[in-house]
Amino acid sequence: MLEIRDLHVEIGEKEVLHDVNLTIGNGETHVLMGPNGSGKSTLLMTLMGFANYNVTKGTITYNGEDITQLPIHERAQRGIGIMFQRPPTISGLKLGKLLAATYGDRPDEIAEMARNLNMDRFLDRDINKGFSGGEIKRSEVLQLTAQSPKFVMLDEPESGVDLENISLIGHAIGKLLEKDVHIVNRKKSGLVITHTGYILDYLDADKGHVMCDGEIKCHGNPREILKEIKARGYRECLECRSM
Amino acid sequence: MQVDVGKKVDLNPEDRERLAQSGIELGMANRCGSYLQMNQDVMHSTCSEEGIEVLPYALALEKYPWLSGYAWQLVKKEKDEYTRYVAAQERPVGYVIIARKGSNNILPIQACLFLGREQIQHVHNILIAEEGAELHVISGCASGSHVGKGGAHYGISEFYVGKNAKISFTMIHTWGEEIEVYPRSASRVEENGVFLSNYVCMKPVKKVQMYPTAYLEGENSVARFSSVVISTEGSHLDLGSRAILSAMGSSAELVTRAISRGGEIISRGHIKGEVKDTRGHLECKGLILKDGVIYAIPEIEGSVVGTELSHEAAVGKIAQEEIEYLMSRGLDEDVATATIIRGFLDVKIAGLPDALQKQIDAAIDAAEKSGF
Repeated sequence: MLEIRDLHVEIGEKEVLHDVNLTIGNGETHVLMGPNGSGKSTLLMTLMGFANYNVTKGTITYNGEDITQLPIHERAQRGIGIMFQRPPTISGLKLGKLLAATYGDRPDEIAEMARNLNMDRFLDRDINKGFSGGEIKRSEVLQLTAQSPKFVMLDEPESGVDLENISLIGHAIGKLLEKDVHIVNRKKSGLVITHTGYILDYLDADKGHVMCDGEIKCHGNPREILKEIKARGYRECLECRSM
Repeated sequence: MQVDVGKKVDLNPEDRERLAQSGIELGMANRCGSYLQMNQDVMHSTCSEEGIEVLPYALALEKYPWLSGYAWQLVKKEKDEYTRYVAAQERPVGYVIIARKGSNNILPIQACLFLGREQIQHVHNILIAEEGAELHVISGCASGSHVGKGGAHYGISEFYVGKNAKISFTMIHTWGEEIEVYPRSASRVEENGVFLSNYVCMKPVKKVQMYPTAYLEGENSVARFSSVVISTEGSHLDLGSRAILSAMGSSAELVTRAISRGGEIISRGHIKGEVKDTRGHLECKGLILKDGVIYAIPEIEGSVVGTELSHEAAVGKIAQEEIEYLMSRGLDEDVATATIIRGFLDVKIAGLPDALQKQIDAAIDAAEKSGF
């Protein structure tokens, strides 16, 4: 579904990602780990096409199409979606109105989706204005549910979320990624950034990757990688040059 | 009562549309009363709501001589050249609306002031809500699509809000690019009275200058002003509102959302806290979408212990981050931008009937459809 080849990205004048290579197949969920500032969020923002992330070399191919230079909304319309770690607040714009813009003016269905995420009381609220950490995440998952992307990127979906909300969000994300569908028939893929790994309880991720200093250093079983990181931290990853 | 007010006047479809954009229902749907003035001619004046009268100004003063005690009390004849001009008219024109004690109009009364040729249209209006009455008025002001240079509107409005009474006055302007508009208005609010003043201007106009004042003279009286305006190139909007808090428990809120698309907006505001236990908040937010001017001049003036006044003003542009956020949900850049602007202009007015809030929303929605 997604193929990243030799990707180099600059923010301002500084190269932040160097020679990133990654392939995510249909129905697969990959996990990206790495220390703060290693470039994980930059990779997601680049895949979505945000303006400040300048691809200087390499390609991003999505379902066989080179989307490296495609505008954000066209990537979204092709089925790429992102859950932001810290989305902006948009004063005056109601969550319900944005959902109607992406999903269509079907208020009953939107209300049902919102109820499932315990967000029905927020449809008339300004997007993210005064939302708690958990409410922001639920709002993001709700927006993605309405958008129904084929390739889902999640930037730390569990950060700032209490245990009760993690379960709610985890199950909703699992549904977004069709974890309830047999692997043979599953069409949706995902790339998930996580620090704690709590979200893995709901995702059954297929592969894990560690990013350090703007490069993907190693691949492997996501739970085993997480176990190593929890035991030894990222020091060995930073020193590792084996890739 | 279903009167087609439009049949009383000769309007082409374009001008009918301009009136509709100003919130005027020529078919009288969802209206309980109507006043229609074309240039200086009163075409229609009626109200079906029990306890509420809508009368042409001259007729009202003849019918109720006591009204002379209300005329020119809140707005002074000598205030400026525009008030002097209106005061000097031998044949005063305008409307008087009297909501008798305890009356209440659920459906609003519409006041339509239409300028069809290059001349000065002058009006003098008096609105009175007696004790416990509730009066809702939508004022649609528009000019004909072909009215050129020389067209102007001078409007004097005096509002009297009695004890436990409420007046909401929603004014939507659809003037032309060559028209100059000088409303002069003031309100006096008695004990527990509420005065709501809403102003919407989404269309080009040469100049609007107004600075209405609310005198909050009764305990626990309330005034809320809200303005939602767009100024395009060549438009000069000098707008403001003022509240004088002179009774204990009185409060005021002045909210403005201003967008410049190359035009000039001066957004003034003044709240004066003269006695203790008074509150006031003034808020002006501006977006500059195309090089123009938004000049916010918020003033708060407290002179006693126990008055609490605050203001916030911000002028800027739409954050790229917000546009890209919406684009990541599949909206193209233009739609994302318009969606954010629509949200920015979305001011909900506490205490305003749904019908009038919808009318305000419709005026802004229409502007959104034409790309602001």
